[in-house]
Amino acid sequence: MGDMIITKNLSLKLAKHQILDNITFKVQRGEIFGMLGPSGAGKTTLIKILTGQMQQDSGYAELLGRDTKKLTALEHKQIGTMMESFGLYDRLSVYDNLCFYAEIYHVPRNSVDHILKRIHLYENRRTAVSKLSKGMKSRLSLARALMNHAKILFLDEPTSGLDPVTTREIHCILAEQREKGTTIFLTTHNMYEAEYLCDHVALLNKGSIVEYGVPMNICKKYDHLNKLRITLKNGEMTILENSAASALLVKEYLEENRIEAIHSTEPTLENVFIKLTGKELGGYE
Amino acid sequence: MNNIAAVFKKQIKDTFKNKAILIQFVMFPVLTLIMNEAIQIEEMPKNYFVTMFAAMYIGMAPLTSMAAVIAEEKEKNTLRVLMMSNVRPHEYLLGIGSYIWFVCMLGAMVICLAGNYKLKESIIFMGIMAVGILASILIGAAIGIWSRTEMMATSITVPVMVVFSFLPMLSGFNHTIAKVAKFIYSEQVSRMLNQVNNLQIGLENICIIVGNMLIAAGLFIVAYKKVHCLQCV
Repeated sequence: MGDMIITKNLSLKLAKHQILDNITFKVQRGEIFGMLGPSGAGKTTLIKILTGQMQQDSGYAELLGRDTKKLTALEHKQIGTMMESFGLYDRLSVYDNLCFYAEIYHVPRNSVDHILKRIHLYENRRTAVSKLSKGMKSRLSLARALMNHAKILFLDEPTSGLDPVTTREIHCILAEQREKGTTIFLTTHNMYEAEYLCDHVALLNKGSIVEYGVPMNICKKYDHLNKLRITLKNGEMTILENSAASALLVKEYLEENRIEAIHSTEPTLENVFIKLTGKELGGYE
Repeated sequence: MNNIAAVFKKQIKDTFKNKAILIQFVMFPVLTLIMNEAIQIEEMPKNYFVTMFAAMYIGMAPLTSMAAVIAEEKEKNTLRVLMMSNVRPHEYLLGIGSYIWFVCMLGAMVICLAGNYKLKESIIFMGIMAVGILASILIGAAIGIWSRTEMMATSITVPVMVVFSFLPMLSGFNHTIAKVAKFIYSEQVSRMLNQVNNLQIGLENICIIVGNMLIAAGLFIVAYKKVHCLQCV
């Protein structure tokens, strides 16, 4: 599998603030990569550098095999973006917004109808964007990002502030895209989203990556207790060693049908983040 | 070329739903038609309202609309998405600029028709308007690029617009103002519009208009480079 994104010691300083500090990671073809961090951690700035809108002070960044400082129309045609603020034309209708981008991407107009049906906005195609709900705008913004059948999608907080139904719908579309081989780079401060969707994640704090890897492996790495927490039906809670020694007792509980729930004690990504940085992913210190 | 056409078409659709911009294009041509028909004073120079409103139109409509459109796209992040969608900055500016130039020329045509000019005079009139509108578009683009929000663009545009729109009219009442106003393109354009039946363009006229356009282009380049840094924040 080829690397779609490579960064090496990427750093950026603005007005004496270190926005990004020695960022190094790789994103492989067909994977969903999550950049986790609170607001102001540098996630959006990183997307700007990777898409060629900004340049780093030092280090190296590569997108689709080309230095991000030298991206050409060829690379831009293979990128799809969904910004947190959507970037939609409020006065234009849903249909006109997509038709505009269809023209820019040289995509046939009939594919606009197809994509509108896929995101369940076909019935609202004549509605002005200003009259759409946040969830609808989010879906429309994602539809625009998918229009050019991009090889790589950059999604900046794709489900931020959305209701669970829309969030789930977007997760389904992203999973569908991964099946098709699309690489997805998403930023989020939703740890559930990262654990559920991402093949690899990086935890970003004050411009530095504090942890990087497969979500489950990260959680296991910080599972210092390595125990099993058993809740019994009578409300009693037992902590057992995660080893063969506990097997007999668990068997006994199971035979007596006394177990309400069994949980391992590994932390969530959010707990790992709090442990490493002392602050929550929600962005508030 | 395809992207320029796409931006042009998008802007047509958008303008029809944007009353704030639409009124800029329509107001002066309509005012010219009304005033030219409604007010007839014996000693008033021929086509007084036509040339006065034409000069005001040049100083106002292209400048404010260009600045507002660019600033709004920046504020709502649509410009950023466009830049990431294989639209080059020059394609976007040419798309928006050519659209505003085209619509303002339609407005200019209405003003010209109100003046009942002969064919040759009409061609000269439209030629002068074309140059004046182009200069205003350059200034509007510089303001739009400089401004982070539409509100900021408006607060910069209003004083600039007042200077360029009203100085040609005020210079007719005051010699001191006339001495200063002569260095402004809108005043030069206004003077030319007043002599479409016997146009004599001197080196001074050309130098001042070209000089104004070069300054506007220079300001645009400075703003563009500055904004590239500001986007990092």
